[in-house]
Amino acid sequence: MSKTPFPGQEAAALPPRALASHFHDLSQQKAAHDLGLWIFLATEILFFGGLFAAYLVYALLHPGPFFEAAAETEILIGTINTAILLTSGLTAALAVKAAGQNRHDAVLLLIGITILLGLAFLAAKGFEYWLDIHHHLYPTSPDFPLEAPAAKLFWSLYWVMTGLHAVHMTVGLGIWAVIWEMARRRNFSLSDNSRVRIAGLYWAFVDLMWLFLWPLLYLAGRAG
Amino acid sequence: MSDIPFRDVDLEEDEAGPSTAEANYLEERFSLWSWLTTTDHKRIGILYLISTTFFFFIGGAAAVLIRLELFTPAGDLLTDDGYNKVFTLHGVVMVWFFLVPVIPSVLGNFLIPLMLGAKDLAFPRLNLASWYLNIIGGGFAVWAMLAGGVDTGWTFYTPYSTAFANSHVSLTAIGVFISGFSTIATGVNMIVTVHTMRPAGMGWFRMPLFVWAIYATSLIMLLSTPVLAIVLTLLITERLLGLGIFNPEYGGDPILFQHLFWFYSHPAVYIMILPGMGVVTEVITCFARRRVFGYKAMVYALLAIAVIGFFVWGHHMFTSGQSMYASLTFSFLSFIVAVPSAIKVFNWTATLYRGQITFEASMLYAMGFVGLFTMGGLTGLFLASVPVDLHMHDTYFVVAHFHYIMVGGMVSAFFAGLHFWWPKITGRMYPETAARIAAMLMFFGFNLTFFPQFILGNIGMPRRYHAYPDEFQVWHVLSSAGAVILAAAYLMPLFYLAWSLIWGRKAGRNPWRAHGLEWQTTSPPPKHNFLANPDVSGDVYAYHPRRNPRDE
Repeated sequence: MSKTPFPGQEAAALPPRALASHFHDLSQQKAAHDLGLWIFLATEILFFGGLFAAYLVYALLHPGPFFEAAAETEILIGTINTAILLTSGLTAALAVKAAGQNRHDAVLLLIGITILLGLAFLAAKGFEYWLDIHHHLYPTSPDFPLEAPAAKLFWSLYWVMTGLHAVHMTVGLGIWAVIWEMARRRNFSLSDNSRVRIAGLYWAFVDLMWLFLWPLLYLAGRAG
Repeated sequence: MSDIPFRDVDLEEDEAGPSTAEANYLEERFSLWSWLTTTDHKRIGILYLISTTFFFFIGGAAAVLIRLELFTPAGDLLTDDGYNKVFTLHGVVMVWFFLVPVIPSVLGNFLIPLMLGAKDLAFPRLNLASWYLNIIGGGFAVWAMLAGGVDTGWTFYTPYSTAFANSHVSLTAIGVFISGFSTIATGVNMIVTVHTMRPAGMGWFRMPLFVWAIYATSLIMLLSTPVLAIVLTLLITERLLGLGIFNPEYGGDPILFQHLFWFYSHPAVYIMILPGMGVVTEVITCFARRRVFGYKAMVYALLAIAVIGFFVWGHHMFTSGQSMYASLTFSFLSFIVAVPSAIKVFNWTATLYRGQITFEASMLYAMGFVGLFTMGGLTGLFLASVPVDLHMHDTYFVVAHFHYIMVGGMVSAFFAGLHFWWPKITGRMYPETAARIAAMLMFFGFNLTFFPQFILGNIGMPRRYHAYPDEFQVWHVLSSAGAVILAAAYLMPLFYLAWSLIWGRKAGRNPWRAHGLEWQTTSPPPKHNFLANPDVSGDVYAYHPRRNPRDE
């Protein structure tokens, strides 16, 4: 866990609200907040891990139908979305960096861009869902286009995996929106507080999960 | 390590001791609102005590119905459907709303900051949120019960739960899902607190073993609960949205559900026992006036159980058709987990050796724990071996085995801890004689209830049946009679502990002459736990001087 002191961390120089009363000093508080989020991310990995395990088992049990089904996903939208999300990851990381240097305007701008990119991702994802439903690509559809029963397993996993990812995106956007508003009102000291860094970590996790979903759901079945 | 020789604190002197300038945490503010919005870990511990007690009696009422039904061979009290719903309710409520939160969230909440000399847990607001999540989840489970119940068993096995059950499966699963977040929040809080809030001078290997036990438990909570969350999510989407991850019609595999479910639920068994081990270690050392035997071995045993516990889940599925090689591997690993468990039992026993043992109520509960946990653990070895399990699977032998661990072990440990720290929590002494009677009654009632079930299982009584052949009746009658005694033993503390709140003798700082930082502050502690910085130079188990100074 990083305990690197940031400039201006000395207890005496603090605005009173930066340090919660049950901590001795800011470095202890920072260590606690950072560790808390890292541990939370470990639980998230196991949460998605259950889905990846299911995907692995079924892809091994039914390789043919699975890859045939995977070829039906909207690869263009999926790939554009990958680019959008990675770019938002860059702006989020830069926002964390700027917060460490107490650069208020840069933080506001970078978080703003991150939020816009996230919204663009969700909008494109929503359009993609509309297309999927239009193509009857959901397991209960009477006109489900694929023959093999296991194709419905793939499409069940597709909806759950992308759906849960979208839920995480929405939560992340909510967190960014609150932090953006607090930063705009200058409610808290950027460099003395873990908020931006923690939101950035969470956002990086959401990005990272998509980097697993994209090859599993969009690239699989398209080789050769 | 220097020894601070124990200074006998005279109770009388202590009671008249320094008057506190700060009001204690109970008297600080009185309104209901101040309790419902509190972020004080001690008050949140009390909130959890109230809610888990409530759920314990709901689950207990279901158990009473089960035992009444099984009194006679014919299924005459409940319909078969009603019986399914009652045992499901019993399992769901007892596992997720009593056993999982009870020690970590009641005693852990109250004691971890005190034992670490800290003012609070690392995330006080998250701590309060975890309580609300727990009761909201419990609310869903109770709502499902009132709306007509759920009949899948607490394990929610597919495809029955997804394709056939017409009861309130989704509602219950949502309740369990929500309470899972409460568990995760508690786990994060405990781990971060132990890592970042230990006082200067308290290294990892100077922490009380209760703290280690909660730490190991939290590791399991964090790494297993999310898998339960995802498997319940899949179950719910399958029922409500028509997705079909486990649907055999699509080539889905119901056994995958069992794998994911037990990947959570077997480690969860250790969530329901490790905290109890922590409690009895504190109690036994205090009432035997001995240092704990093999402190480091105790720590490594806790961690070993936590880690190995993740690799034994397949022993629930020996009869499910998993590969023989998988079964043999899981069988082997299940035997391995018995080693650290046995280390703990040996060390508790060795701690008693040459001790000056006194039998206060919490010591009686703790001794009961050691015996019953040993029984439960040894019968677990029967079930871990594949050929025996093929015979015993889904019989009352299994029911008896896990009740010896969960009820004989964990519930006894909870009562041991509740009595031990009751003076610290409330500032009052409970009536010792009544408590001793309750402890002995519980031990007797428990064995009468569950020992006959080993025999029943061995002669072929399957679990989850509400009617059975006549030749089983004698054992069922014994078991039901034991349940009556057990129920009385569980009701007794409710009354005498409540009585002690008003009429109990005032407790001093340290009525048991125990070590550990929590005994250095007043009873009940002030809002910020310590009026002066606690002295962490002493050894937490310095109950007797070391003969050889190099002993570790």
